[in-house]
Amino acid sequence: MAKQLMFQIKDKLGDVVFQLEDKSAKRTFASIHKADLRQVAGVLHKDFKARFSIASGIDNVKNFELLYHFSFDDLGKIISIRTFVEKDDPVIDSLVPVIGPAAEWIEREIHELLGISFKGHPNLKRLLLADEWPEGKYPLRRDFKNE
Amino acid sequence: MSDKKKIRQTVIPIGPFHPLQEEPEFFKLFVDGETVTDIEINIGYNHRGIEKISEVKSFDQVTFLVERICGICSNSHPFAYCLAIEDLMGIEAPERASFIRTVIAELERIHSHLLWLGLAGHFLGYNTVFMWAWKYREPVLDIFEAITGNRNHYAMNKPGGVRRDIIDDDIPAILKMVSELVPAMDMFKGAIIDDPVIHARLKGVGILTKKDAIAYAALGPVARASGFDVDIRRDEPYGAYDRVKWNVIVEQDGDVFAKAKVRILEIYESIKIINQCLKKMPKGPIDANIKEVPPGEGIGRIEAPRGECIHYVRSDGSNSPVRHKIRAPSFMSVPTAKASIVGQQVADASIILAAADPCYCCTERMAVIDKKTNKQVLSAQDLVRMGQEKTRKLWKP
Repeated sequence: MAKQLMFQIKDKLGDVVFQLEDKSAKRTFASIHKADLRQVAGVLHKDFKARFSIASGIDNVKNFELLYHFSFDDLGKIISIRTFVEKDDPVIDSLVPVIGPAAEWIEREIHELLGISFKGHPNLKRLLLADEWPEGKYPLRRDFKNE
Repeated sequence: MSDKKKIRQTVIPIGPFHPLQEEPEFFKLFVDGETVTDIEINIGYNHRGIEKISEVKSFDQVTFLVERICGICSNSHPFAYCLAIEDLMGIEAPERASFIRTVIAELERIHSHLLWLGLAGHFLGYNTVFMWAWKYREPVLDIFEAITGNRNHYAMNKPGGVRRDIIDDDIPAILKMVSELVPAMDMFKGAIIDDPVIHARLKGVGILTKKDAIAYAALGPVARASGFDVDIRRDEPYGAYDRVKWNVIVEQDGDVFAKAKVRILEIYESIKIINQCLKKMPKGPIDANIKEVPPGEGIGRIEAPRGECIHYVRSDGSNSPVRHKIRAPSFMSVPTAKASIVGQQVADASIILAAADPCYCCTERMAVIDKKTNKQVLSAQDLVRMGQEKTRKLWKP
């Protein structure tokens, strides 16, 4: 059943996914270009009823990596959408208009901790950091120094 | 909402401590008379940067670090973290270790749900329920002390297995404790599920619709009380959950009553799971003895008492994680308050916000402000008093 679903997803998304890695029966990583994010998230969330579990942001020094973990609860499987954001243009589309309020907090968190901007987010203000925290300092970036 | 309209509204700040859980969080309730019209949730008062600290600790030390995220779910985080490491390496913990982890996880669910029930009772003005619930929670903590050495922070998990065995001599005591919990739970069920005043107080209050539960990706008892059937124990079995018989509790109403009912009934299921696990527990090793963590990435998730707890770990082959993302269930469940509180009475606010069983160690405050003068008009204590008085009025014939 899980295989069938993967075929259906591949069929629906076509060439949008440029790399698909089945790490195990329960975990799949699909790499996409950041421009296709809304389309892919929309297909997984609306057509395949996947539940948005969370997103992880990683600073790879040369670029930022974003992983959107979608849970397929009927199959006990997580499909993680992997996409990269350039360091000199840290902007990506917000998923709030596609998958709803579930993505609001995590995008605010990634915005303040990694300094990635989410285009189309309704309320991109700080979530966890204190109001006194200086602008332009992002704790989860590799070049962050604790002074 | 236009600014003009907001000016005529009264704002009730609730915090900096949650009136129920007494943890740092800040809710701003916008009210029109007695009715809540909007809510603003502010968190971050207790952010400790654990994800960042994790990057400088060794893989073994991280187990103890994540254990300290929360005193209540102190088994859930290490459990999910260890599963993430095991997923990264493509191994599984020995069978006996999986059974031991399951027993600890279910004991934790029982004590967590009892703690919530007691507090919920207190805020409704049912202090007897509070006393009972916490009384019956004590033997669970005693069992924890007997088998793990600690009442909280059990330190049972390690990547690849568990650190301590459950010895045969301890099993009768655990079985005795859980069997004695059943009549106590029957009494609870009678006192809460069949009480007409509790019905009047909780039914139809703070409804989270199934549609909203899905939109907010709610988890755990909050989702299951709204008919959104998600339980990682069944959906992606880990530990020993696929080797024992138990049921997922789902209610359809989505109100505070349904959330309380789901939690009460889940305690029975936990008792079932513990009984079966202790009887079926195979002999054998309890640790896979992991030496080095290779480069790669892994995701581990478990059903914590409040819902799906998920850890993402990436390793570059060094001694510590390159990135460790932690998402506790309250991170998804707390924002659902926005959907469930609007249109409700101020006196019900504390119990509605508490119904999500928010855990701020994991994720964080509420007061009532008059927008005209910008002064606080009600404190957290006032809100609790209002909640209790509302129940008291129902008691009187």
